Amino acid sequence: MQISGAEILVRSLQEEGVEFVFGYPGGAVLEIYDAIFRQQQFKHVLVRHEQAAVHAADAYSRSSNKVGVALVTSGPGATNAVTGIATAYMDSIPMVVISGQVSTPAIGMDAFQEVDMVGITRPCVKHNFLVKDINELAATIKKAFYIAASGRPGPVVVDIPKDVTQRLAEFHYPESVSIRSYVPVTRGHPGQIKKAVNLLAEAKRPYIYVGGGAVQGNASAEVTELVKMLGVPCTNTLMGLGAYPGQDQQFLGMLGMHGTYEANMAMQYCDVLIAVGARFDDRVISVPSHFLSQPKKIVHIDVDPSSIAKRVKVDVPIVGDVKHVLRDMIDLLKQTGQQVPPQNLANWWKQIEEWRSYNSLLYTPSNEFIKPQYVVQKLYEITGGDAIITSDVGQHQMWAAQYYPFKRPKQWLNSGGLGTMGFGLPAAIGAQLANPDAQVACITGEGSIQMNIQELSTAKQYHTPVKVIALNNRYLGMVRQWQEFFYGTRYSESYMDALPDFVKIAEAYGHVGIKVENPADVEPVLREAFSPALKERLVFLDFRTDQSENVFPMIQNGKGLDQMDLPPHMRDLQIAPFENNRDYGNMC
Amino acid sequence: MRHILSILLENEAGALSRVVGLFSARAYNIDSLTVSTTEDPTLSRMTIVTHGSDEVIEQITKQLNKLIEVVKVIDLNESDHIEREMMLIKVRANGKDREEMKRMADIFRGRIIDVTEKTYTIELTGTSDKLNAFIEAIDRSVILETVRTGASGIGRGERILKI
Repeated sequence: MQISGAEILVRSLQEEGVEFVFGYPGGAVLEIYDAIFRQQQFKHVLVRHEQAAVHAADAYSRSSNKVGVALVTSGPGATNAVTGIATAYMDSIPMVVISGQVSTPAIGMDAFQEVDMVGITRPCVKHNFLVKDINELAATIKKAFYIAASGRPGPVVVDIPKDVTQRLAEFHYPESVSIRSYVPVTRGHPGQIKKAVNLLAEAKRPYIYVGGGAVQGNASAEVTELVKMLGVPCTNTLMGLGAYPGQDQQFLGMLGMHGTYEANMAMQYCDVLIAVGARFDDRVISVPSHFLSQPKKIVHIDVDPSSIAKRVKVDVPIVGDVKHVLRDMIDLLKQTGQQVPPQNLANWWKQIEEWRSYNSLLYTPSNEFIKPQYVVQKLYEITGGDAIITSDVGQHQMWAAQYYPFKRPKQWLNSGGLGTMGFGLPAAIGAQLANPDAQVACITGEGSIQMNIQELSTAKQYHTPVKVIALNNRYLGMVRQWQEFFYGTRYSESYMDALPDFVKIAEAYGHVGIKVENPADVEPVLREAFSPALKERLVFLDFRTDQSENVFPMIQNGKGLDQMDLPPHMRDLQIAPFENNRDYGNMC
Repeated sequence: MRHILSILLENEAGALSRVVGLFSARAYNIDSLTVSTTEDPTLSRMTIVTHGSDEVIEQITKQLNKLIEVVKVIDLNESDHIEREMMLIKVRANGKDREEMKRMADIFRGRIIDVTEKTYTIELTGTSDKLNAFIEAIDRSVILETVRTGASGIGRGERILKI
């Protein structure tokens, strides 16, 4: 029986086991929306702006093991989706975005709501398709899901002209897909794995640096096993948080521009570095030449060969799925009984404990002003460290990363690569739908939340009782911090003069809003927000936080990992520079 | 250093723009690019001449391989190869220039493929260097226009780029 292209699309999404489609209708996708209306298998979530549809689908994916799906119309619907697509691309999130397109005869005619979606998204997708022939529609959807989820994941756009959704064809969904030009590597080269293990067996100061690839690659168990069996220190990038449990003693915290002192110092001064699904990003190692000025052997495990030797030359590249490679490494270590020489390890830990003892995340508590760090710490306590946390971008994002030690992967959802303000709220909605029983909180600022605040309406419609934790300092805080440090305190356009009453906004959308101005109220209000009484409600907490608080440590542009701007309490300390062959005295 | 990359890619709409877009997005150089369908109509073969440090060339190769439609990439510089470029050059051929242009074309093993009272159009094939040498060898003022295909390359002997 012949069915319409729109029905073929819907059937294909059903075949893929799609639960939710996040979208917004419009002229070019009316046929598809009609087909959606006539089916019950998946739910459509109507957002209030297409960017939010993509962020919600993205976070749905980030917080589960599924591919997120978004659906937008042609023209402005498609362009509004681009920021969300680029966000997912930078963080390697598997997603399929379906965009409507004007009818094939109208393509190129500057038709109403026409935009070259395939052209616009080409640099920010893993792949994209324009489906001109209805007979290729089902196979294209199959390919799109396969490409999105395999290898290094990423978003795939499928642009479908309106006439293709209206034409009729037989529906055959392919059982499998094989693309001759696309064959992702899974297993790492055994010879390289052996070299990596041999390096560890001679290491003086080994270090394991884990990025988002371990989260996306579901390799958290392997990371943890390897770190534990070797007894070595471990750090996570912003994208990798949760890949190794944040409260564990072998965890040195996040590294990078706002990483802990010990995590950054260890990164600079380690002699054998195992990079797992991480890419030596500029926000992580800062200047490559300074990073490499301290000699070290680098093992780089990544599913994407182009991530290897991009910013930093490495000694042992291992291309493969991190989960498989780590499993092979663990097996080899067990088999050969190789380990890091214990004396070396003990000395290294002494050095690290010294670095750690400075407590670089210490901040000055206050009875007068609400400290943003304190809010995050209390949130951790009250949620038992179990909540799924989404964030926007800025100071609040860094405080969330620093003060909420994530226990497990896929618990921390943020736009690390693109740094997209407006991500947090729609992401929280997507994460809540993927995890209906989880507590979901969006840590945000008064700047970021206003970039997609209309999604409070979506949250109402779909009963997603997320908690919005707004750290409201009346400044675009990270901009203000940079202006304070580097632009002579000229706070150019970083202060918001006419902020809305967020409590009233929350109430207007049918939610609960609470303003918190007193540090003593932080804990009780958080308890209330997470109490059973408000379990089914979205609660918007407007914390009026200390306006002058800055994020420390901080690595300025052009500086190295060991040249951090330190928090006030560390500035007067006489910290001895790292010495290669320092005598650490008797080991315990 | 100059490198000549041979790329086998799916003969699909948009594949070329992905390759070109990659070069501009990542600020790589394209000195020349030539592409056409192969004997297998599902495949196109592209030759790109580029330059950059070894690190940059390695990244270019990896990034090209990452494109879904790219089937294979080889850097012809890695071993013996042959490259050819074709140029059509229209020159003024008046009076004493007429004899001189004929002689130069012969020396460079070019062929005159169009003749008018005042002009010759010469077809010249060889390495890019040879075409440059021809331009250098003749009087600049007689050149009316040139069109070049960009280099095509192929490995010598048993070195074959095929799926």
